[in-house]
Amino acid sequence: MSTMRTRKSPQQWHQILLVCLGIALAILTLVIPLVLIFFKAFAEGWQLLLSNLNQDYLRSALLLTVLTTVLTVPCNLVFGILLAWCVTHYHFRGRSLLLTLVDIPYATSPVVAGLCYLVLFGMESAVGQWFSARDIQIMFAWPGIVMVTIFVTTPYIARILIPLMQVQGSDEELAALSLGASGWYIFSRVTLPNIKWGLLYGVVLTSARAVGEFGAVSVVSGSIMNQTLTLPLLVEQLNNDYKTAAAFTAAALLACMAVITLILKTVMEWRLNRALRPAQH
Amino acid sequence: MFFSLRFFRNKPILPGFALSFGFSSLYLSLVVLIPLAALLMYVGDMSWSAYWAAITDVRVLQSYRVTVAAACYSTFAATAIGFILAWIVSRYDFPGRRIIDALVDLPFALPTSVAGITLSALFIPEGWLGRWFALFGWQISYAFPGIVVAMLFTSLPFIVRSVQPVLEELESEQEEAAATLGARQWQIFCKVTLPALMPALITGAAQAFIRSLGEFGAVIMIAGNIPFKTEVTSLMIYVRLQEFNYAAAAAIASVVLVASLLLLFLLQVVQTRLFQKDAR
Repeated sequence: MSTMRTRKSPQQWHQILLVCLGIALAILTLVIPLVLIFFKAFAEGWQLLLSNLNQDYLRSALLLTVLTTVLTVPCNLVFGILLAWCVTHYHFRGRSLLLTLVDIPYATSPVVAGLCYLVLFGMESAVGQWFSARDIQIMFAWPGIVMVTIFVTTPYIARILIPLMQVQGSDEELAALSLGASGWYIFSRVTLPNIKWGLLYGVVLTSARAVGEFGAVSVVSGSIMNQTLTLPLLVEQLNNDYKTAAAFTAAALLACMAVITLILKTVMEWRLNRALRPAQH
Repeated sequence: MFFSLRFFRNKPILPGFALSFGFSSLYLSLVVLIPLAALLMYVGDMSWSAYWAAITDVRVLQSYRVTVAAACYSTFAATAIGFILAWIVSRYDFPGRRIIDALVDLPFALPTSVAGITLSALFIPEGWLGRWFALFGWQISYAFPGIVVAMLFTSLPFIVRSVQPVLEELESEQEEAAATLGARQWQIFCKVTLPALMPALITGAAQAFIRSLGEFGAVIMIAGNIPFKTEVTSLMIYVRLQEFNYAAAAAIASVVLVASLLLLFLLQVVQTRLFQKDAR
């Protein structure tokens, strides 16, 4: 049984120096950028900030971003649960292949991901022509944006659930089965309560990534003002148009979401760690 | 022989295999495999000479160099900084520890375009940090170092988050035993702690490197994107797309895709080796 290490306050001079160095590095690389976003957004006063927040383009970008996130999360949630169930409860051939495949979106450059979808659904391909013959526009419209966002965020929930369900094993489910419970009953009454914090944690990560995806979305969005700009794209567009204050207003909005994500994440990590650490006897 | 050809290693007992296996493999095929295959098939339609010309264009070759060099520098820097942050957060108790611990994930939670405009505003010669570099005549934003800074920022969480759990779980007995045997602190660090951390460090650094190779949003906002000097490969794909040269874009993308998939598989092979060594 491993003994939990207790954190000590730094005592010797080189420990104090190291901690100070670490704090300085954290301030330089993490705190200052965060402060700058809000500083720049407020730089030209409250009035301008409020009027920037009231612009049509900002509202439509916010709406599209929320729509994308709301559609992305449930898809990957269902997938994540089923994949984790599949690879943690059964031993079959190709199990490790499945685990490798799910990691591909991690390693794929977002621009390449966007391009894959552009090639598949673009006007030159059979699939693209099939859809356009039925007047369904996928590329340079919201369906394309949702699809690439789903691609980019595929692994997150699955990757959190797999180690969690592995630690918990199949014993409780098998006990329920032997008592005559049905598959759905086992999942909803035995598995779900055990993985709920991991699930929520995965949803938070997936949402954060879905809100913030830039590279893949920029390839398939076509960047049409008021129509296919998500918030991260809007930041770039405004910055390219030299509307710095407006760009930082949108950036500050996204930074607020990021801070909320961090807070939720910290709370859930604390919960999740308790679930991952098997009960100590 | 026949035994090993069976699909199941153990007979499934719990219900739901068909549903969970069927759905997740169908989903992975639709979302991941078919789009990737579409790209490779699209590239397959090109003639070999057109493909070769697209991926060895002088401007593209230069972008490979810039990307790989910047990713190397940023991975080294991120490994060093991430290691220090993981170390102090998991070993010491000090005011602000929890805040730093939470903030480490900021680059992950912050959209890359936001990171890009923020870093570029910080490092322009009039910026909060850029002015100190300007004293030495160093330009960060809109130059090569800007790319390194952007990659460093976006890949920092990977190092910290892979080293930190190992540091926290590492049993203190070994270090204490070394200390009672008279080892000096730096000896304990080099001979006991560092070897135990190596697998996590390698994993984290590899993830950071892969991430940096593909980084787009943060880099293009700070790099200045000067042809032959500060264009990264992801940007070259984007540039070709804007020229409506889809074939060239797909060709370059195939190079990036194959490179990152190779790195991913290599990482998994190395990981299995390292874990096996641990288990022995």
